[in-house]
Amino acid sequence: MDQIQAIEVHNLVKKFGNFVANDNLNFSVGQGEIFGFLGANGAGKTTAMKILCGLSKPTSGKIRVAGYDVTRQPDKVKKNIGYMSQRFSLYNDLTLKENFRFFGGIYGLSASEIKNRTVQLLDRLGLGNDSGKLLSSIPAGWKQKLAFSVAIMHQPRIVFLDEPTGGVDPITRRQFWDLIYEAAAEGITVFVTTHYMDEAEYCQRVCIMVDGRIDALDTPGNLKTNHHAANMHEVFLKLARKKST
Amino acid sequence: MTRILYILQKEFIQVLRDKSMLPMILFIPVLQLLILSYTATFEIRNIRLVVCDLDHSSESRELAGKFKGSSFYNIVNYVQSYDEGAEWLKKGTAEQLLVIEPGFAKNIIHTGDASVLLTTDAINGSAASLMNAYGTSIINQFGREMAVTATGSAQLREALRIEPQFWYNPELDYKTYMVPGILVLLVTIIGMFLSAMNVVREKETGTIEQINVTPIRKYQFMTGKLLPFWIIALFELAFGLLIARVVFGIAVAGSIPLLFAVASVYLLVVLGFGLLVSTITDTMQQAMFISWFFMVIFILMSGLFTPVESMPDWAQWVNKANPLAYFIKINRMIMLKGSGFSDFSGLFFGLVFYAILTLSLAVWRYRKTT
Repeated sequence: MDQIQAIEVHNLVKKFGNFVANDNLNFSVGQGEIFGFLGANGAGKTTAMKILCGLSKPTSGKIRVAGYDVTRQPDKVKKNIGYMSQRFSLYNDLTLKENFRFFGGIYGLSASEIKNRTVQLLDRLGLGNDSGKLLSSIPAGWKQKLAFSVAIMHQPRIVFLDEPTGGVDPITRRQFWDLIYEAAAEGITVFVTTHYMDEAEYCQRVCIMVDGRIDALDTPGNLKTNHHAANMHEVFLKLARKKST
Repeated sequence: MTRILYILQKEFIQVLRDKSMLPMILFIPVLQLLILSYTATFEIRNIRLVVCDLDHSSESRELAGKFKGSSFYNIVNYVQSYDEGAEWLKKGTAEQLLVIEPGFAKNIIHTGDASVLLTTDAINGSAASLMNAYGTSIINQFGREMAVTATGSAQLREALRIEPQFWYNPELDYKTYMVPGILVLLVTIIGMFLSAMNVVREKETGTIEQINVTPIRKYQFMTGKLLPFWIIALFELAFGLLIARVVFGIAVAGSIPLLFAVASVYLLVVLGFGLLVSTITDTMQQAMFISWFFMVIFILMSGLFTPVESMPDWAQWVNKANPLAYFIKINRMIMLKGSGFSDFSGLFFGLVFYAILTLSLAVWRYRKTT
C-alpha cells in the first residue's frame, strides 16, 4: 500500500452497556475501492458505519477516514464524506432542485457549483426535466438514486451507503450499481453495506461480519476459492453455519 | 454564514408550502383575540335572582324593584318560601336568593333597623364575592334612601363622599386589560409550537441524520432553525396589534419600536425553549406533550387571568422563572400605561438572561452524534 488509505480502522470497539456491537475490528480501505460490508441483521454493520461517518462515537480504537481522526477531527472527516442512510432522508416537501441546493449549500458549495452539479446529476438520472417536481411525487426506486446523487454532490473522497438498495426491484438495483461504478470511476471510494449476496459479487473486496466480529475479508474470488463455494451466497452460509455450531 | 442562509431558505420554503401554516398564522390570532377577549372576563352580568318576598309591603316591593332595575340582575322568579327559593339555587337555575322577612317595612319605619337575607351560590368563589358586592351595594343604596325618607334630610348622604378615578382604563373595560395579555399568549403559542415541532420532525423523518453527517456547526443549524420562526412570530405580533387597534380600538400608548425590541428578546426565550424541547425528545408526540405541560403552567401562573400579586409567596417565586409573566407585564405597561424602558428595565434584563440560558441549553443539548 503505497498511497494513503481512504479508511483505516485499528481495534475498533463499540459497546452498548454489556452488549458488544463491534468487537475489535481491524481493516483498511484503499482510495477508489468498492468495499462491501456484509453481515446478517444485527451483525454490527450499521453501527460500524455510523462510527466511520462520525454519527456515533467508538468506545475505543483508532479510526482514520480520509486521513483524519474521526473522534478528534470530525468536521474535517465530514467535509470529505458522503452518506446515504438506510432510512430515506431527503425532504419530501422540497422539489428535487431544492433538495440539491440545500445539501449543496450546507456542504459549502458555491451557487454556481450547486447549479452545475444539480444539472449534471439530474441529467445522469434522466430527471433533468423533473427538477421542479416535489420529491414526494417521485417513485421510491428513483428516490434512492436521488439520495445517492445528493450524497456524492459535493464530490466527497468516500461515500458511505447503508443498505442503499433495500426494498428496491432488481432492475433498479442494477441501475443503482451502475451509478456506484460511475462514482468509483471518478475516484470516489465506496463503502457499502448490504445483505444481498449478489451485490457482494460487484465489490472489489468484501468484509463479512458475524456477531460483531470480522469473519472474512478478501476479494469475492478468493473467498469463493478458499471456502470451496460456487457463489458468495454459499460463502456466507458456510461462515454463518460455522459460527452456530 | 452562507450555510445559515441555505437553512433559512429551506425552512421558509417548507413553512410556506405547508398548507395548514398560513391559515394558522393568520386565523389563529384573529380567533384567539376575538374569542378570548370577549369571554375571558370577570364582569358578571345578568345574575339570575330569585326573590322571596314574605312581607308584601310597598317597601319590600320597592327593594325588589331596585334589583329588577339593575343591569346586573335578572329576576327569574318570585317564590313564596325560603325552601322553594333554595331549590332554585340547588338546581343551578339561579345564582342568588333574596329573602325579605315579614315585618320588614314595619321595622324600617318604626325602628329604622331591618334585615334581609341574601344567599349566593358560591361554587365559583370570585364570582360569588362579586355578586355579593353587587347585591350589597343595591341593598345599602336602598337603606340610605329609606333613612333619608325617615329623617327627612339629605345630610347623611354627604357625610363621606368618595370620588373614584380609574387610570389607564377609565371605562373599566376588561378587554383593554385582556388584549395585551392575549397578544403575548398568541406569539408564545405560535413560537413555541413551531420550534418545538421542528427539529423533532426531522428526527422522525430521518432527515436529521443526513444533516448530522455534514460539516455544519451546531450553532449554524440552530440559528437557521430559529430565525424563520422568530420572523413569523414578530409578524404575528404586528398582525395582532393591528387587530387590537382596528377591532378593539386599543392603540399602543407607549413606543411601538420599544415593544418590538422587548418582543424580539422574549421570542428568543420562547424559541430557545421550543428548540430545547425539540432536541431532548424523539417524537413529535413527546415534544407536544412536554411543551403543553410547560405552556399550561406558564399561562396559568402568568398573571394573564389572575393577578400575580394575589398568588402565594412560593408561587410568586416560581413565577420569577416564568418568561410569560415578564412579557405580559411589560406589554401591558407599554400598551396601556405608555411606560418607558426605565420603568421595566429589571424585567427586561430578566428576559435577556433567560434568552441566553435557553439558547445555550438548546445548542448544547443538540447532539450531532449518538
